[in-house]
Amino acid sequence: MKLAEEYRDGHLAGALAARIAHEVNPAVRYHFMEFCGGHTHAISRYGIEDLLPANVRMIHGPGCPVCVLPVGRIDAAIRLAERPEVTLCIYGDLMRVPGSHGNSLLKAKAAGADIRMVYSTLDALRIAAAEPERQIVFFAIGFETTTPPTALAVKLAAAKKLANFTIFCNHVLTPSAMQSILESPDELGRVRLDGFVGPAHVSTVIGSRPYAFVADEYKKPIVIAGFEPLDVMQAILMLVRQVNEGRHEVENQYTRAVKSEGNEKAKADMAEIFELRESFEWRGLGHVPYSGLRLKEAYAAFDAERRFAMEDIPAEDNPACECGAILRGVKRPADCKLFGTVCTPETPMGSCMVSAEGACAAHWTYGRFRDRARAAS
Amino acid sequence: MTVKAYRRKLDIKNGRVDLSHGSGGRAMTQLIADIFHQALDNEWLRRGNDQSAFDVAGGRMVMTTDAYVVTPIFFPGGDIGSLAVHGTINDVAMAGAQPLFLAAGFIIEEGFALADLKRIADSMGEAARAAGVSIITGDTKVVERGKADGVFVTTTGVGVVPDGLDLSSDKARPGDRVILSGSIGDHGVAVMSKRQNLTFETAIVSDSAPLHRLVAAMVEAGGPALRVMRDPTRGGLAATLNELAHQSNIGFRISEETIPVKPEVAAACDLLGLDPLYVANEGKLVAIVAPEAAEIVLAAMRAHPLGRDAAIIGEVVADEHNFVQMTTGFGGGRIVDWLSGEQLPRIC
Amino acid sequence: MCLAIPGRVASISGDDPIMRVGRIDFGGIVKEINLAYVPEARVGDYVLVHVGFALTLIDEAEAERVYEQLNEIAAIEAAQREAAL
Repeated sequence: MKLAEEYRDGHLAGALAARIAHEVNPAVRYHFMEFCGGHTHAISRYGIEDLLPANVRMIHGPGCPVCVLPVGRIDAAIRLAERPEVTLCIYGDLMRVPGSHGNSLLKAKAAGADIRMVYSTLDALRIAAAEPERQIVFFAIGFETTTPPTALAVKLAAAKKLANFTIFCNHVLTPSAMQSILESPDELGRVRLDGFVGPAHVSTVIGSRPYAFVADEYKKPIVIAGFEPLDVMQAILMLVRQVNEGRHEVENQYTRAVKSEGNEKAKADMAEIFELRESFEWRGLGHVPYSGLRLKEAYAAFDAERRFAMEDIPAEDNPACECGAILRGVKRPADCKLFGTVCTPETPMGSCMVSAEGACAAHWTYGRFRDRARAAS
Repeated sequence: MTVKAYRRKLDIKNGRVDLSHGSGGRAMTQLIADIFHQALDNEWLRRGNDQSAFDVAGGRMVMTTDAYVVTPIFFPGGDIGSLAVHGTINDVAMAGAQPLFLAAGFIIEEGFALADLKRIADSMGEAARAAGVSIITGDTKVVERGKADGVFVTTTGVGVVPDGLDLSSDKARPGDRVILSGSIGDHGVAVMSKRQNLTFETAIVSDSAPLHRLVAAMVEAGGPALRVMRDPTRGGLAATLNELAHQSNIGFRISEETIPVKPEVAAACDLLGLDPLYVANEGKLVAIVAPEAAEIVLAAMRAHPLGRDAAIIGEVVADEHNFVQMTTGFGGGRIVDWLSGEQLPRIC
Repeated sequence: MCLAIPGRVASISGDDPIMRVGRIDFGGIVKEINLAYVPEARVGDYVLVHVGFALTLIDEAEAERVYEQLNEIAAIEAAQREAAL
């Protein structure tokens, strides 16, 4: 069974689109936030917007761990990589993220820092074992999907007694971020949200239960959706139905991969290795309580922040950057003065343009032709 | 009676290139003779000059040059040598020209294995012979360890354009059809599968191939109805279409469903988070053809082994923004934009 | 966000549970993937893979069922279109 192609079928897309068009209440405007950057990417890449009726609007959320990494953390990583004894291992996504003064890991690499792109934490471990004279630091980012791989790497490093392996931990948590969006004080601007398209792969790890607060306390429907475009459209149909029927429940569209309890073993490893930070800064969202992870005391030996006495030097985003408002869905990319002029994928100013699935990057790369059409009409 | 000086044979099996091979002395002459002249052998190289003279049939000449720095040097379906030969032949062919001669320069890093150098030279010789083109002059330099990534190759090619043919990237006009000669992404995926920290098993091989005979068939079928031809190498089909859109000041409307992508290439791209539209090709071309000749040219392409999967993928439209607009297989619309920097594997 | 794709387990090796590794076939591309988080995975199963780790088994029966659901919606839409003509 080809599990990806079937879920990209254009014929079925048309049918779902027709179904959604039939079921929406023409007098109602539906605003759904797809939290996860992967969903933002799918919506843009497959042009799903074109298949939705005009009164259904998708708002792009902050679920892109690269986008929400604060400038100061990138600067810190660059400083770390510039130490002659350090080999910094990173996922490809981090290469071009802008730090302060237009610097980036790519530029630091060009200037001579030993920065190596890896596919997996296991590659970083392999390098540490093969090059005992180097200090290997793994730049750990990602939501709950990407955290168990880091946990396992730390466990393996401990088992193998690797003295030259540490991680720079920037793992963040999804439910806290969702809560921050829903709690957003009025002065920062809040957009009316009628429901969430819930993350696909974070949910394979944490399950569907952690989203109960969205439905119970904030009374918003949330449908966990798979990654493929048909999954997203089916989830939108399910959201429309919940709104029409006045329900607010946690529903699971991605039943082939998500169980209500998630992956117990992965959750156990995360709990064993990591603990909550009281607060963690998110680019565009400010400080969010209990939203970030750090290594427990028992694993302090693998913590780069401790081993290298890394300083926390906060840095500012460009004041004209509207990422904060865009990440909360209050503004659209085209509303930002920097969009497309100073701020492009080549010269990203803020988090939304940085990663391929940030709202601004997705819009620029796949959808800005619609702005021109709108302007012309 | 003079005694001929003992000349030790080049230890191709275990030997390495060292600085003496680049110093202009006996060692260099031996390297060039035993490795390059052996592999590339032709009447010009046998004369042993620093340059080679040749007659040119009447007509406009085409010249092109390229540098090859691919890593890894040996990859499924080719190596830096065959890549250089094919790539330069293709640049000449994109003008509609028949490629005639190549020049090849080598910058070799001290310590490079002679066995590998021979392998590359042999590969170039084979590629050139199969394509009916001769490598008639060259140059060799050796640099210190660390100053070149193994070996860098530069090739210059010359050819002749038939009268009446003037392909140029500013000639696309609204209504013209866009024809792609075959599947995209093969070369990039083949090379990536051998890159450190990314290795995976695959049957995909590079599509590196000389396109001049396919082009000749297209010229015969379409003649002046051919407006532009370009081979989408680095940056993939997306880069080529965006370049042409700007150079002709037009836009494109293409259809994702019509673009051939091998299932394994699609799978590799899914795994790494890449878009096949941006992945490199080395044996494909894009042709912009006047609408009345599109079907004839397409038929001629499909009749050729390198064009079996050729397809009309879209058309040229008027567009002051020079967008490449695509209807996705899913039914929605998107643009295919320039790539910003190299496409990197992603986790998000 | 988290790019994860399905693949079929072609073979499994490794005794130590945290080093249990599978050769996973993604439509013809085969890569070695860590199976520590799917101890129940067997050869022939489908797993969802993210950054070199399998995070969950894919329930093929569910995949089929949901796909059938989508096909039913398509059939209903087609029938309604016919009726309207």
